[in-house]
Amino acid sequence: MPLSITLEFSGGMELLFNNEKRKQVTLPDSFAPGTATLKDLLPWVRDNLLTERAELFMQDDTVRPGILVLINETDWELEGELEYKIQDGDVIVFISTLHGG
Amino acid sequence: MAHPADVLAELHTLRAENATLRARLASSSPKAATAPSPAHPPPVGVPFTQKTRLSNEEISRFSRQLLVPEIGVQGQLKLRNASVLVVGAGGLGAPAVMYLAAAGIGRIGIIDYDVVEASNLQRQIIHDESRVGMLKSESAKQTVSKLSSLCECTAYNILIDSSNAMDVIKKWDYVVDATDNVATRYLLNDCCIFRNKPLISGSALRMDGQLTVYNLEGGPCYRCIFPKPPPPETVTNCSDGGVLGVVPGIIGCLQALEVVKIVTGIGASLSQKLLIFDATTMSFRTIRLRGRTPSCAVCGPHPTITKPIDYVQFCGAGPDDKAHNINILPPESRISCHKYAALRLDAFPHVLLDVRDKIQYDICSLHHSLNIPLSELPKRIPELTAAATFGEHHEPNLPVFVVCRRGNDSQLAVKMLEETHGFTHVKDIVGGLEAWARGRDPTFPIY
Repeated sequence: MPLSITLEFSGGMELLFNNEKRKQVTLPDSFAPGTATLKDLLPWVRDNLLTERAELFMQDDTVRPGILVLINETDWELEGELEYKIQDGDVIVFISTLHGG
Repeated sequence: MAHPADVLAELHTLRAENATLRARLASSSPKAATAPSPAHPPPVGVPFTQKTRLSNEEISRFSRQLLVPEIGVQGQLKLRNASVLVVGAGGLGAPAVMYLAAAGIGRIGIIDYDVVEASNLQRQIIHDESRVGMLKSESAKQTVSKLSSLCECTAYNILIDSSNAMDVIKKWDYVVDATDNVATRYLLNDCCIFRNKPLISGSALRMDGQLTVYNLEGGPCYRCIFPKPPPPETVTNCSDGGVLGVVPGIIGCLQALEVVKIVTGIGASLSQKLLIFDATTMSFRTIRLRGRTPSCAVCGPHPTITKPIDYVQFCGAGPDDKAHNINILPPESRISCHKYAALRLDAFPHVLLDVRDKIQYDICSLHHSLNIPLSELPKRIPELTAAATFGEHHEPNLPVFVVCRRGNDSQLAVKMLEETHGFTHVKDIVGGLEAWARGRDPTFPIY
């Protein structure tokens, strides 16, 4: 069974993803349930969904500073960050922090 | 050549002087005409006398709030005895200050070094048309004075930075971050940790808003969540990205609400949580954030930062949300708006390439221009080549002049066209359409 997850983009992140705020994706078979992690997901998102410059999304093997990642409504830091194992039905949100006022 | 910082400083001085003169014209009251002192914040008045009971006037005035079981007399007294520093009298600070004053906060400090501009009024509702040109801190203070004689309000016409933040912040119980830039956000965070003040932090852009409370009851600080600042090129400000006025209004109101709840003891809802407001779908979601991070450079058990640092250097960006001009082309790759205007008058054959986004192009544009946004330029080169190729030629033979809003993106475009795509007759119009409007055509709008 391939993993099916929901990706959301907020706070201006959607501008990097063809202005789509929410996207249902079925991950390829290389994402094995129980072993595939966020570390695998980020480059896949970059290579398959990103429509703007890659450095606006990633730096080294993680998201660039100023992007907060949520896994099912929770700060990814509480869920193991890059090591988090993706589960079917996960909702993963990428939020750009805002600074305007 | 004058240093840009000097020119800016002089601009601020002149604007302040202008504001003073306006105020004198607008009011016969000698008080309103008092020139604000730009360099030194006025001292916070005599030590604030703590009250233990409400006056009859206060009971009448705050009756609707006194009747709320969560507030009551004790809560109202706490508001009366509290002091709140609001940093930024802009889109967030405007409603935050007004609601805090209206709610009966005893002392409010307002920091801003900017002056009111017409383009602020769409969201900064503490100011109005008569205040255009006035210092924002003064304008905000005047609104508070009109709203409530019970509130002791201090206006700080200063640029808050590493040299003064510690002194200012220590005088206040709570700090509201209503600023518009990354450097000041890190500055306030660090100083609130050093001074142990809760920081109620809001932000807004376009149709989005965010709100959280830092450094409250063992909760995380800004650096726990964001140890590294974002790369400057990824930060969008309101003057470039735009903002729907009511969006910062909502976040500013919620900042005031969190302050009232913390002061009265109802308790904050957003410590170690982040509220995300999406105005497009009208959704509010609150997400759980990590707690205090043991490795945090300021609030961890082994801090590596123990006093304010150079935040402009740390963030690679200045303490404001203004556009900064670049100058990356040699003079021969540039043309002034006056020289370009003369070419247009002569009907000199050329292509005018406008590299702004469509949303800006729709606001205003010069006739007979070709609009290809900078981000789309690499893949739309054939369109430009076709437009610049005249007659029997197979190569572009017409000169290309590139224009944008302020003359920065146009330089990037010229550089890209020359270096990557082999264009040889290409120049940018110095200062962009703003220079055109100021120097050539006063009927052309500035946005």
